[in-house]
Amino acid sequence: MNFYERLMNLDRRWVYLVVGIAVIIPVLNPFRVPVYVTQEVKAIYDCVESLEPGDILFLAIDYDPQAMAEVHPMAKAIMRQCFAKDVKLIISALSQNGPGMAEQLISELSKEFGKKSGIDYCYLGYKPYFSIVILGMGQNFRIPFPTDYYGVPLDSLPMMRGVQNYDDVKVVIDISSGNITDYWIIYGNGRYNVKLAVGVTGVMTANYYPYLASGQIFGLMGGLKGASEYEVLSKQGDRAIKMMSIQTTAHIVIILFIVAGNIGYFMSRKKKIK
Amino acid sequence: MHLTPDIGIWIGGLLTLGIFSFLYGDNPYYKFCEALFIGVSAGHWFVTLFWTVFVAKMIRNVEIGLNTFITQGFSAGMADYMHWSYIFGGILGFLMLLRLFPKIGWISRWSLAFVVGTTSGYYFITYLVSNGLRQIQRTILPLYVHGDFYTTIGNLIIIVGTFCGLTYFFFSKEHKGTFGGLARLGIWFLMITFGASFGYTVMSRMSLLIGRMDYIFGTWLGMLG
Repeated sequence: MNFYERLMNLDRRWVYLVVGIAVIIPVLNPFRVPVYVTQEVKAIYDCVESLEPGDILFLAIDYDPQAMAEVHPMAKAIMRQCFAKDVKLIISALSQNGPGMAEQLISELSKEFGKKSGIDYCYLGYKPYFSIVILGMGQNFRIPFPTDYYGVPLDSLPMMRGVQNYDDVKVVIDISSGNITDYWIIYGNGRYNVKLAVGVTGVMTANYYPYLASGQIFGLMGGLKGASEYEVLSKQGDRAIKMMSIQTTAHIVIILFIVAGNIGYFMSRKKKIK
Repeated sequence: MHLTPDIGIWIGGLLTLGIFSFLYGDNPYYKFCEALFIGVSAGHWFVTLFWTVFVAKMIRNVEIGLNTFITQGFSAGMADYMHWSYIFGGILGFLMLLRLFPKIGWISRWSLAFVVGTTSGYYFITYLVSNGLRQIQRTILPLYVHGDFYTTIGNLIIIVGTFCGLTYFFFSKEHKGTFGGLARLGIWFLMITFGASFGYTVMSRMSLLIGRMDYIFGTWLGMLG
């Protein structure tokens, strides 16, 4: 067995080991890499930045804890930016395992910025069957959510007085790790014409570029890279920025493996033809 | 290094290592972690749906509806259909459970037929607009934009890519000659799309790995600053 054949028959556990080491080393010895901001992320930042104090932004936290590493920094940076600008937030969590995690984030940041539930933000929480909830909120937030997450009727919350539906919010930003985003596009934008931007996991990103091109969404943040871009723009947090160095190292290792695998494949095929 | 005293984080860390152990090979530790994850997820789903759908939606609404019948009479009760009509949802849900009994399992198809029929009817228009018409609309672009070279090139790529991609999926004519050439070009566009998707998938999976490493070395072992 020559070198190329051995390369082709390499035990996959060696690949896992090398990728693991490539991730662990920069985790323990962090360094910074430059982050280039794309237009689709800047559009979201500019939109939030253009809001006036007292304006309402609807933040949909539609991911489960397993996607936290990728999309949590997005939600955190947007929430921080809004609180810093005194923009009011209506927050929902339509992913089944997400409400507790969203609540943790809200309580952490509301303490940091001295914001109060019902005055500066309204956390609606979770209701099952997200497509029906998104449709219902288009008529009135009170249909799917008569009370907020803490059981307080929406009518008794000062910031919700006179706020009926999407017409009363300036923009909706959906941070998601599943197909809830599809329903925000179909119902939120398609039916109620809401101004919509999305932040999604890396796996999902390529699928949403057609919606960006068609104008159904005005901004798109994809995975950890999108999160790091938003952090660079908003200067709110640096968790994703720090992780980009680890991401870069891991990508270089994977590219090297792909190149080595292809060399092994073509060389061993060449030998077989001979 | 500052090990956390939080028992929950310890459990999370040990379970993470258990899942990672599958990379070396299948083993009982991994099996245990996998079964625990599935069991906890299923339990969480069941409890959440029980309280947010069965109790909060059906029981509460039917209770209000029945109360109207009892306190305000038959006509007022009938008029309050928004509450008591939830009973139909309950009946359809109950019929679904008949799948557990092979002899009368076929009745569950009524519930499925209702769900499939209403959902497809409802989604048809909305999907057609947002995933069909709006996308088609955006491919009808000018082939030449005066004074904007990049937009012209971008428009050409979208138009040619869409046309050739669709050509590849047209199977009523053999892929030969000019038609075959267009279909082959379509494959190239599709491959580039899949490549971009694969790249994002790698990034995504790496992000998840980084998140777990951050948890193990930072949150659990306290080795990060």
